[in-house]
Amino acid sequence: MSLQHYLLISAMLFSIGFAGAVSRRNAVLVLIGVELMLNAANLNFIAFARYARNPEALTGVIFVIFSIGIAAAEAAVGLALIIAVYRHYQTIRLDRIDSLKG
Amino acid sequence: MSWAAANLWLIAAFPLAAAAVLAVTPRRHRRFAAGLSIGAMVIGFLISLCAFSSTLANHGERVPRNFDWINVGATTVKLGWVLDPLSAVMLLMVTFVGALIFIYSVGYMAHDENFTRFFCFLSLFAAAMLGLVMSNSLLGMFMCWELVGLASYLLIGFWFFKPSAAAAAKKAFIVTRIGDLGFFIGMIWLYGETGTLLFYDGGNGCLEASALSKLVAQTTMGGMALSTVISLLIFCGAMGKSGQVPLHVWLPDAMEGPTPVSALIHAATMVAAGVFLVARTYPLMDADPANIAGYSTALTVVTWVGAITAVFAALIAIAQDDIKRILAYSTVSQLGYMMVGIGVGGYAVGMFHLITHAFFKALLFLGAGSVIHGMHERQDIREMGGLRKHMPLTFATYAGGMMALAGVIPFSGFFSKDEILLSASIWKTSRWPFYLALFGALCTAFYMTRQMLYVFYGNPRSHAENVHESPRVMVVPLIILAAFTILLSIVGTPILPLFHEYLTGHHGEMGSGVVTVMLISTGIVALGLALGCWIYARRPLTGADPLESDIYYVLKNKFFVDELYELSVVRLNAWSARGLRWLDDFVWQGAVMAVSYVVLGLAWINRLIDEFVVNLGFDKGCGGFRLGARALAFWQNGQVQRYLRFIGLAAAVMVALLLWGWRK
Repeated sequence: MSLQHYLLISAMLFSIGFAGAVSRRNAVLVLIGVELMLNAANLNFIAFARYARNPEALTGVIFVIFSIGIAAAEAAVGLALIIAVYRHYQTIRLDRIDSLKG
Repeated sequence: MSWAAANLWLIAAFPLAAAAVLAVTPRRHRRFAAGLSIGAMVIGFLISLCAFSSTLANHGERVPRNFDWINVGATTVKLGWVLDPLSAVMLLMVTFVGALIFIYSVGYMAHDENFTRFFCFLSLFAAAMLGLVMSNSLLGMFMCWELVGLASYLLIGFWFFKPSAAAAAKKAFIVTRIGDLGFFIGMIWLYGETGTLLFYDGGNGCLEASALSKLVAQTTMGGMALSTVISLLIFCGAMGKSGQVPLHVWLPDAMEGPTPVSALIHAATMVAAGVFLVARTYPLMDADPANIAGYSTALTVVTWVGAITAVFAALIAIAQDDIKRILAYSTVSQLGYMMVGIGVGGYAVGMFHLITHAFFKALLFLGAGSVIHGMHERQDIREMGGLRKHMPLTFATYAGGMMALAGVIPFSGFFSKDEILLSASIWKTSRWPFYLALFGALCTAFYMTRQMLYVFYGNPRSHAENVHESPRVMVVPLIILAAFTILLSIVGTPILPLFHEYLTGHHGEMGSGVVTVMLISTGIVALGLALGCWIYARRPLTGADPLESDIYYVLKNKFFVDELYELSVVRLNAWSARGLRWLDDFVWQGAVMAVSYVVLGLAWINRLIDEFVVNLGFDKGCGGFRLGARALAFWQNGQVQRYLRFIGLAAAVMVALLLWGWRK
C-alpha cells in the first residue's frame, strides 16, 4: 500500500460523496454526502501524516480527531436545520426549497 | 488451551453477524430472518457446550486470552475474553434460553409486519449479552453493557407507535444510564490506579492479587479503602441494570415491549448482567482491609440493597393487575435475592439463583405470553379466569414455573433460594437480611398463588371468544423450560452441591442448619400458598380484589416511587427549563428588542434620506441594472444543489489549471 492508494480511495470517497450531495433531492441524503466528503478529507490527513517525515508525531491523527468531533457537532446542527426546514416548509426536498433565489 | 477457549469470540460473532445481515434484509424474508437468528444462536450454544465441557475437563481452570486494541504512544489498550466456569455457565444459559425464546418468538410475532427487524434486534441483543459475559476486560464489558442497553431500548420500544412503549424505552435507557455513570467513573478510577482494565492477565490483571493489594492499601475520602469506593461505583451500574431500589422504576415499565423481549431481557440476560457484573468483580468487591466481621463494606452494601429490593418489589407485586407487571416485580425481587446471595454467600450462591431464575422466569414470561396470545392481547388478570381448561399445556408448564419461583420442593427455585437463605442465616453482620428474605419468600408464594388463581381457576370473567392453546412452536419451548425447572435442582442440592463446586473449584461448605432453614422456608412457602388460597379461592373472584384497603392502595401505586421521581427529579428539570425560558423571554429578548428599536430608529432616518434624495437619482440607473440582473438570476435560482454543482465545477477547473494550465 503506498500513499497513492490511500489518495485514490479518498478521491473515490470524495467523488461518491460529491455525487450524492449534488444529485440527491433529500436533504438528509445530501448531508450524508457531505459527511462522506469530509471523511475523504480526513483520510487524506491521516494518509499524508502517515507518509510524512515524522509519522510518530500523530499530527494527522489529532487533526482528524478534532475534525471528527467538529463533524459530529456539524451533523447535529445540520439535522436540526433539516428539522426546522421541515417544520417550516413541510418538505425536505431541496428542489422545493428555493427562497434563496434572486 | 482448548479450541473453545481460543475461539470463544465466535459465540458472540455469530449472532452479531446474523444481526448485521438482517439489518439489510428486506422485510418480506421472514423465514430467512427467523432461521438465520435461531441458527446463529444454536451454533453459539454448541460452541458454548464445547467451552463448558473443556472447563469441566480442566477442573475450572481460568483461560484468559487478550489482544491489543489500540496503541497510542506508550499506552496500549487491551481487550480479551476469558473462559472460566463463571463465563462458561453464563454462555451456556444465555445461548440455550435465548435460542428457546427465539423459537418461541416465531410463533408470538407471527402476525407482526416488522418480523425481520425484530429478529435483527434480538440477535444484536444476544450478541451484546454474550460479549458481555465472555469479556475479560472491564472496558469490553462496558462496551457490551452499553450495547445491551441500546438493544433493550430498541426492543422495549419495538412497538414504538404506542406512546407508552416509546416512553418506557426512553425510561429504561435513561434510568440505567444513571447507574452506568457510576460504573463509568469507577472504571476510569480503576484504570487510573491500576493501569489496566483486564480482569486476568497472568498476574497483572485488575482482579489479581498485586492490583488488589495496591487498591486495598490506599484510602480515600471518608477513610474508605479505594477498593471499596470503586466497588461501590461499579455496583451503581449493577443497580441500574439489575433494577435494584431505587433504580428499579424502569423494569416494570419495560413490559411494554413484546413478551419474548420481556422474557429475554427480564429473565435470562439483561437484568442478570448486573448480578453477573458483581459476580465477575467479586474479588474486588471482597477486598477490604477493614473486613467487618469477615465481610467487606462493599458486599455489605450489596446485601442490604438486595434485601430491601427483594421485599420492596415482592410487596408491590401483590397488588398488580397486569400479568406481566406481576412477573416484572417478581423479577426485581428475585434479583434482590441474587444480590443478597452474592453478598452473604459468595458469588456461587447468587449465580446459582441467577441460573435457576433465568430458566423459570423465562418459562413464566413465555407462559404469560402464551396466555396473552390466547386471550387476544389482553393482559389484565381480572379479565381472565378459568384458562386451565382452554390452555392445559400452558397451565401445566406455568404451574411448574410458579412453584419454582415460590420455592416449592423439589423445584430448582427451592434449592437456589434455600442456599441464599442458609447463607443469610449465618451472616455475622446482621440477621435482618435473613428475616427480610424470609418475608420476601412469603410474599412471593402469596402473589404467585394470587396470580394463578386469577388467571387459571374460577370462571371466565370476560367474554373472550375462542380462547385457544398457542401453536406448537410456542408450547414446545415452554415444555423444555418446564423440564429444566426440575432438572436444575439436581446440580444444586445441599447433599451434592455440584454447581457450587464447579464454580468455585472447592467443596462448598454447606454449614450447619441446612435442615432447619429448609424446614423454615418450606413452612413459610406453605404459609404463603395457604394464605393466597384462603383469600382468593374462598369465593368466586370478581373484578374487585378481596384485599382492597389503604395499604393495598399504596402497593398498587408501587409505593409512589414513580410519583416521587415525577415530583422531584422531573419537576426540578421542568422548573429549571422554565426558569431558563423566562430568562430567554424577558432578559435576553428585552436586550435584543432594545437594540432592534435603536436600529429601527436609525433606519427610519435613513429611509427619509433615501427616498427623497438618493432614490430619485438611482431609479433610472436601476432600470438598467434590472435587465442585467435578470440574466444573472438564472445562476442564482435558489436551488442549493445548483450552487454546489458550480462550486464543484469551479474546483475541477481550478485543479485542471493547477495541473496543466500554468505549467511552463
